Amino acid sequence: MTERITREIAAKGVRLIGRVIREEPRLFAVSFGGACLVVVLSISGAFVVGAVVERVIVPMVDRGETELALLAGGAAALLGLSALRVVGIFGRRLGSIYLQLELHARYRKKLVRRFLRLPPSWHRRHPTGKLLSHAGSDLEAMWSPGGTLAYAIATVLLLLGTLTALYTIDWAVALVGTILFPSLCTLFAVFTRIVAPKYKRSQSMRANVSSLAHESFDGALTVKSLGREDHQTQRFTDEVRRLREVNVSIGRTRGWHDPLVDTLPSFGTLTVLVIGALRLDQGAIDLGQLTTAAFLFALLDAPLRAIGWLLTAVPRAVAGWERVDAVLSATGDMTYGEQSTHDIGPAELRFDNVGYAYGTRASVLHDITFEVPKGRIVALVGPTGSGKSTLAALAARLIDPDSGRVLLNGYDARDLSAASLAATVSVVAQSSFVFDDTVRANVTLDRPGIDDDAIREALADAQADAFVDALPEGLETRLGERGVTVSGGQRQRLTLARALVGRPGLLVLDDATSAVDPVVEAAIVTGLRTRKQRPTMLVVATRRQTIALADEVVYLEEGRIVATGRHDRLLATVPQYAALLAAYDVKTGVPA
Amino acid sequence: MIWQTMRRGLALSPELYQGLAGTLALAIGMTAGRAAVPVAIQRAIDDGLRAPDGPDLTAVITICAVTAAVLFVSTICGFLMLRRLFAVSEDALATVRVKVFRHIHELSLAQVQSQARGALMSRATTDVDQITSFLQWNGVVLIICFGQVVVTAGVMLAYSWRLALVVFVVFAPVVWLVRTCMRRLADAYMQVRERSARMLSVISESVVGAEVIRAYDVSARTAARLDRAVDDHRQASRRSSRLTVTAFSVGELAAGAALAATVVVGVLLGVAGQMSVGEITAFMFLVAMFAMPAQVAAEMLNGLQNAVAGWKRVLDVLDIEPDVKEPIDGIDLPAGPIDVRLRDVSFAYAGTKSEVLKDIGLDIAAGSRVAIVGETGAGKTTLAKLVTRLAEPLTGQLLLSGVDIGRVRRESLRERVTLVPQDGFLFRGTLGDNVRFGRSLEDDEVAAILAELGLADWLAGLPDGLDTPIGERGEGLSGGERQLVALARAHATGADLLVLDEATSAVDPATETRLRRALDTVSRKRTTITIAHRLATARDADEVIVVDAGRIVQRGPHAALLATPDSVYAKLHAAWLLQDDAPIK
Ligand SMILES: Nc1ncnc2c1ncn2[C@@H]1O[C@H](COP(=O)(O)OP(=O)(O)OP(=O)(O)O)[C@@H](O)[C@H]1O
Ligand SMILES: Nc1ncnc2c1ncn2[C@@H]1O[C@H](COP(=O)(O)OP(=O)(O)OP(=O)(O)O)[C@@H](O)[C@H]1O
Ligand SMILES: [Mg+2]
Repeated sequence: MTERITREIAAKGVRLIGRVIREEPRLFAVSFGGACLVVVLSISGAFVVGAVVERVIVPMVDRGETELALLAGGAAALLGLSALRVVGIFGRRLGSIYLQLELHARYRKKLVRRFLRLPPSWHRRHPTGKLLSHAGSDLEAMWSPGGTLAYAIATVLLLLGTLTALYTIDWAVALVGTILFPSLCTLFAVFTRIVAPKYKRSQSMRANVSSLAHESFDGALTVKSLGREDHQTQRFTDEVRRLREVNVSIGRTRGWHDPLVDTLPSFGTLTVLVIGALRLDQGAIDLGQLTTAAFLFALLDAPLRAIGWLLTAVPRAVAGWERVDAVLSATGDMTYGEQSTHDIGPAELRFDNVGYAYGTRASVLHDITFEVPKGRIVALVGPTGSGKSTLAALAARLIDPDSGRVLLNGYDARDLSAASLAATVSVVAQSSFVFDDTVRANVTLDRPGIDDDAIREALADAQADAFVDALPEGLETRLGERGVTVSGGQRQRLTLARALVGRPGLLVLDDATSAVDPVVEAAIVTGLRTRKQRPTMLVVATRRQTIALADEVVYLEEGRIVATGRHDRLLATVPQYAALLAAYDVKTGVPA
Repeated sequence: MIWQTMRRGLALSPELYQGLAGTLALAIGMTAGRAAVPVAIQRAIDDGLRAPDGPDLTAVITICAVTAAVLFVSTICGFLMLRRLFAVSEDALATVRVKVFRHIHELSLAQVQSQARGALMSRATTDVDQITSFLQWNGVVLIICFGQVVVTAGVMLAYSWRLALVVFVVFAPVVWLVRTCMRRLADAYMQVRERSARMLSVISESVVGAEVIRAYDVSARTAARLDRAVDDHRQASRRSSRLTVTAFSVGELAAGAALAATVVVGVLLGVAGQMSVGEITAFMFLVAMFAMPAQVAAEMLNGLQNAVAGWKRVLDVLDIEPDVKEPIDGIDLPAGPIDVRLRDVSFAYAGTKSEVLKDIGLDIAAGSRVAIVGETGAGKTTLAKLVTRLAEPLTGQLLLSGVDIGRVRRESLRERVTLVPQDGFLFRGTLGDNVRFGRSLEDDEVAAILAELGLADWLAGLPDGLDTPIGERGEGLSGGERQLVALARAHATGADLLVLDEATSAVDPATETRLRRALDTVSRKRTTITIAHRLATARDADEVIVVDAGRIVQRGPHAALLATPDSVYAKLHAAWLLQDDAPIK
């Protein structure tokens, strides 16, 4: 089995390397060019130094007189060599760093675009912290071979060249090199087999650590108010300890691998010396040839290390790649149609035998059929957990029904284009989400064609104008992450304004006034009702004033429509409905 | 600045110093292997192959065998060194992670919330990773390099101090240049880390806000913001890498220049009869050895700068003084129901000028049920935060059972005082685990808690019961259900002062009323402060406190407050009556 894993990783590693080259051929070429230059210069450098010693230093010192031109020439040659090396280094290093940066940037963009497109059900299965680590350390690990790739390939060429050179000298000596290479490969293979699963675990432990940290800071209020700092720290410590354990065990493996990679070529050099001496004794080669061979062999030392780095990076890279790829190739995207509802003005909504279940759980909505005619207001009433928010999400096509159809202006919501859908329906969700941005940006979300007047009007309709004006910088005030700098009710009104400003044909309000006081709520509700171009509205509500404003009430229990009709008729005929709402009997203070 | 940061950073993990000498000795043993091979070649050639009386095979074999033994030992040194290094550095960094995590939780709510979650997370994760990779890849090499520079410098001086001086003079500008580069690099890396944090927070927002983004079809906008953040980060990284490579090539050029100077000056000295050819040649190799660390070091700077930037950001967090401090020698709250007294309390959020609460004076009797009402944004939540010490009054005094809240030991405070916030955060995990988040309880105890609150039927309706996974932030539950769980969680702590901040705003009226009744009967002796917009709560309370624009404008029992027409409360009540009473008649 482990054999298979190694082969799989090797295959994936090769594919990944191919991908690096294919994704960024130009930058790769630059860094490869630079690497070749560096490699060639490091060989010729040795010859130049030798030549300078032999032709410049020795004769002059021996003769006891300086020949300025020749001396300057020698110095210039050395300087020139080093200048050329600088060029090579720039190409190799900048090329490979730019290459990695380019790939990081590209794949970050790709990944986040996937995050944005994948459906809510997918998001619910993947904690934020993990997704963040995909876009961070996983992605960086995935492209880490890009750093040494060009150099490693250049050195493979060097290696081949050297081997050939060795064969021209003597087959016996060359044989040492030929054997050394596969033995290094075996070493890498063994290493990969041992270390690959560890890297995989390490990456996933790392993701656990980040998601725990993320969640814990996200829930700081709860952690503090319940005094669970110690408990959270304990959990974090355990998670960190697990990560540490894996990393230390990677260290143990690297502990024998790295020094071996380091010394194996040296052992090779020693073998060459011994065998060379034997051959010299036999008269097969002369001293000069042996010196050259030893020298060539010593040259291999550094390049082999570069290949070692590359190969060491591969298991980690493959682990990262698999994690990133799981997101990139995740399916279940919502696809949008081409249709557009065309209509401006109030829209019409119809549910046609709709059923819905969250994943593999039991259905939460069954056979829902009802209609919200153009321009009407329908209230959706039901006990906690009866499926109201789910229904609201279906109406705005945040999710798709498992059975039946949701129709907007007669079109199946799935056939509408994303733009048309967003222009037709707006939903104000139960929990108000605010971006870390200005009030203006939060209201407009940069949708085109929304001017200051429209923003003002929407804020006024949401009863948010007064407090926005009181903010230190008005519309340009930044709200902080999740809108921490404004109160709950203020946040809720901003999200309401965000929905109103787009002038949707259908407005879906999911308990959208739960955090505002009765005076403001009354103002919002009457304001919406008397608005000039009033959209069709589907309103999830539990308060009577809001319900009374509706033309019709749909009463839901455990995912089924129990009754539909006017509020007063339901009060009179449906006892559970009356019981639900009459809970606050003002006069007696006793549940009805 | 860099050294200071590094010193302070290293001080965070004393583990690093344990057996440091041993680790370094092993590291030197490991590099000795590298030096052994060139020596072996030279000796094999001089003493063996070119021995005065013909090639001496045994000499070659002996030399090679000795070297192989040295190599073997050095490999073992390497093995031991790496093992130690990994274990020690992982230990050290685990400590740092936990320290940072703990410290962030020590900060006040306002301090935590003023930072992006993603950025905070990266303090305990990626910033520390930067340090790890530095310690594990570069740190030891860096130290060995220093050693090599010192040793070769010494040998060069011994050969010829004149020539050595020439080499030093050539390298002098490099030192200066690298120093300048370092400073600029430090800035560049700081910028990289900052932009990377910014990028992370944009990414995190697009993950967390995915639903809104989809609903308004504004993914193009989000993508544009992301692209900007990613491009900014890449640009900063490019800049820092250009600086690194420049520093690296300066080292390379200096090596070339030093070599050329050695040849020129060496020949001049040689012609003057002060140096032999052998000495000059040896010197050339020494220059190469001297320059090598300079080049490697430039490469190491990369890692060093990353690590320093990571340390700096970690230290920056650790340097934030918690503004709500745990008292030294804190005292426990006296047993029994808690009374609350506020004397001239004022509060303003950091960084804002206007006071959100002004001169609040308030007495809440032990065991009473008090409702706080008022317009949105009036300061109710802020008041709740002060009473639960999630924030500290700017001026004035807040006493719980006669004890200044600032002097109460944290455990005691958290055991006895609990807040159910407006947006009750649930943790990924099961329903049961969330209810027992505040206090460890057995399953049947959790079920009993839920039953006490009248939620037994709801629990029975869940196929997996207490083991139902509730998803990240509790998103696998309905909005109302989330609030039920948050309430049960707070109730489970058995606190003596319970502050409910719109804790049931998303729950249906019937369930809400049931819950309130249940809470009242189970916890007769508890002091309860309820913030609510549904005035039914206020009507049932012993006392109602009306907050308006940061001041208490009215207080008293429901009926008494209604007696004042045109008051804030009368208006709120009228609006509420309209919605909840009128239609039923
Ligand atoms: N972190 C903060 N930084 C700056 N200002 C804040 C912060 N939190 C709240 N505020 C401001 O303080 C005022 C009071 O807020 P608070 O949350 O106490 O209101 P509230 O009465 O609870 O309102 P609601 O009923 O809407 O929850 C508001 O104007 C709000 O904008
Ligand atoms: N993501 C989810 N995964 C699994 N089950 C879910 C998910 N979201 C909601 N549910 C379940 O589906 C049912 C209906 O939830 P929904 O949010 O639609 O209720 P609701 O009527 O809006 O309730 P509330 O009044 O509390 O907001 C609930 O029983 C809830 O537990
Ligand atoms: Mg809901």
